[in-house]
Amino acid sequence: MTQSVSHGEDYQPVFDGKIMDELQTVLQRYPTKQAALLPTLWIAQREHGWISDRIMAEVAEVLGLTPAYVKGVVTFYTMYHQHPVGKNFVQVCTTSPCNICGAEAVMKALLEQTGAQDAGATSADGKWTIVEVECLGACGFATPVLVNDDFLESVTPEKVPEIVKKYR
Amino acid sequence: MGYPHKPHPKETVVLSQHFGDVEARTHKGWVKRGGYEALAQALKLEPAAVTDVVKESGLRGRGGAGFPTGLKWSFMPKEKKRPHYLCVNADESEPGTFKDREIMRWTPHALLEGTAIAAHAIRAEVAYIYIRGEFTEPWTIIERALAEANAAGVFGTIKVYLHRGAGAYICGEETALMNSIEGKRGNPRIKPPFPAAAGLFGMPTTINNVETLAAVPHILTRGAAWYKGLCLSNPKSTGTKLFSVCGNVQRPGNYEVTMGFPLKDLLYDMCGGPPAGRTLKACIPGGSSVPILTREETEACLLDYEGVVEKGSMLGSGGVIVFDDSADMVYQIMRLARFYAHESCAQCTQCREGTAWTTKIMERILAGQGKTKDLDLLLDLSENMTGKTICVLSDSCAAPVVSGIKKFRGEFEAYLAGKRPVPVMVS
Ligand SMILES: Cc1cc2nc3c(=O)[nH]c(=O)nc-3n(C[C@H](O)[C@H](O)[C@H](O)COP(=O)(O)O)c2cc1C
Ligand code: SF4
Ligand code: FES
Repeated sequence: MTQSVSHGEDYQPVFDGKIMDELQTVLQRYPTKQAALLPTLWIAQREHGWISDRIMAEVAEVLGLTPAYVKGVVTFYTMYHQHPVGKNFVQVCTTSPCNICGAEAVMKALLEQTGAQDAGATSADGKWTIVEVECLGACGFATPVLVNDDFLESVTPEKVPEIVKKYR
Repeated sequence: MGYPHKPHPKETVVLSQHFGDVEARTHKGWVKRGGYEALAQALKLEPAAVTDVVKESGLRGRGGAGFPTGLKWSFMPKEKKRPHYLCVNADESEPGTFKDREIMRWTPHALLEGTAIAAHAIRAEVAYIYIRGEFTEPWTIIERALAEANAAGVFGTIKVYLHRGAGAYICGEETALMNSIEGKRGNPRIKPPFPAAAGLFGMPTTINNVETLAAVPHILTRGAAWYKGLCLSNPKSTGTKLFSVCGNVQRPGNYEVTMGFPLKDLLYDMCGGPPAGRTLKACIPGGSSVPILTREETEACLLDYEGVVEKGSMLGSGGVIVFDDSADMVYQIMRLARFYAHESCAQCTQCREGTAWTTKIMERILAGQGKTKDLDLLLDLSENMTGKTICVLSDSCAAPVVSGIKKFRGEFEAYLAGKRPVPVMVS
């Protein structure tokens, strides 16, 4: 399949200069280019905030894959954002062990106090997206909350105002 | 040690000795504590000799299945014709399980040392440590430790790389994990071929859990006989095990005990039992994928592979989930079913449809719209989900449902009769 990706006038490729060098070091870790797909998508998301169709096409190009293949992989994993998210992307575990320790109340407090209102929605000021996720692997520290890359332990509704203030 | 709590005198502290000790995270601090002696020792031995020591110790896989580790290593080709790989499973996503995270946070070099020893034993030149995407802190700590270890040249010709997951419980299944490293969707593969014949990139591969590998350096320095001697009940279960305890207990956390230790002592003596005024109702002893135990079964259960099976469940990953008398078992089992429905990779009809329908029927029961025949329907569905799919995620969904209906039928029937089985919890 040949594809010519129309990036549009204003599109700034992610994989250029220093980022391209970073990609080269990633590629050295694997015997195939395809195997670099997950780390490459991580780099793209770090640089661009989310994985757009254009980014998928660019990733496909640099790794010699098709855009459709890349999309198939992106959609399998929950951590690649297929839409823009708020400045603070907040993941709250609500699986059974955390549920019995009060995760629901933490979720409720976060939704109310950030103005995000609905799980998955972004607050009007663009600052917050709060999502419910399955087990974060820290069940003894209920309720674990991941704010961007910061892993917070033992969050209770009482601690929510402090968190909202810190990341606002 | 009972991280985050003080060590308890009934613990046998081996893997968790340095939990909470920041200095142990550094290469220098690790070497000061006797670290990397086991690796130096192993590199002087023939690979087969290292495997023999591990075989002799009785160590079994801590990722869930309990497969003998030395035996697994011995399945790798004796004569090396193609590249060999080691995969380290740090995907820890099974509800109730949070021990690997603690090992990586506090003793990253224990994992790296165990990884290098295993790589030597199976003649692998490359090891990939697959860390779940959400484990940002363990990632940073391991990354730093790896850079230090590389700078110190401790691995010789063995290369160790980190690979970050991106949110998918199923990637903890060994062949799904390999697909995920290869840059594919994390679908489990049909076995055979088994990984030792054709695993990562189609090459002979061994995969081990973090806790399994962290135990290996101790076995080499202290000897197989010492490890084998750590046994309180069945001789087929040796060594120490980290149990992650969560849910309705006063002191949740990781506790390390000798195999065969009474579950009752773990829950009451170490974890302080259920919150004041509450009593224990049920317990899932090995991560959410294993059958639920009643209070009576829990209090009579010995924590080793055979002891938990004797009581009708499995040791699994050692993630212990405790429910007190305020827990609504129907609701909690629905949450677990929902977890599996969300995490099914959807390749197998029985799993894709079964997990979704189980969740739907449970939700209907909870909404007061259940029908009398729903319990039989759930059991029938579960039977069709067990032993029929590519991997055991499907069986894992059925385990809490079947055991739940059997042991807490009254709570299900209360919903069917239009009542709530336990007082509504304010949350
Ligand atoms: C659905 C599913 C999820 C799994 N998740 C994990 C996991 O997160 N971590 C892990 O070590 N093993 C997990 N396993 C078990 C692995 O497939 C494999 O047995 C294990 O990593 C082997 O290592 P061990 O022999 O050292 O235990 C999972 C299995 C299944 C079926
Ligand atoms: S049992 Fe479920 S998770 Fe496992 S391979 Fe089949 S569909 Fe995927
Ligand atoms: S159930 Fe919430 S972190 Fe595991």
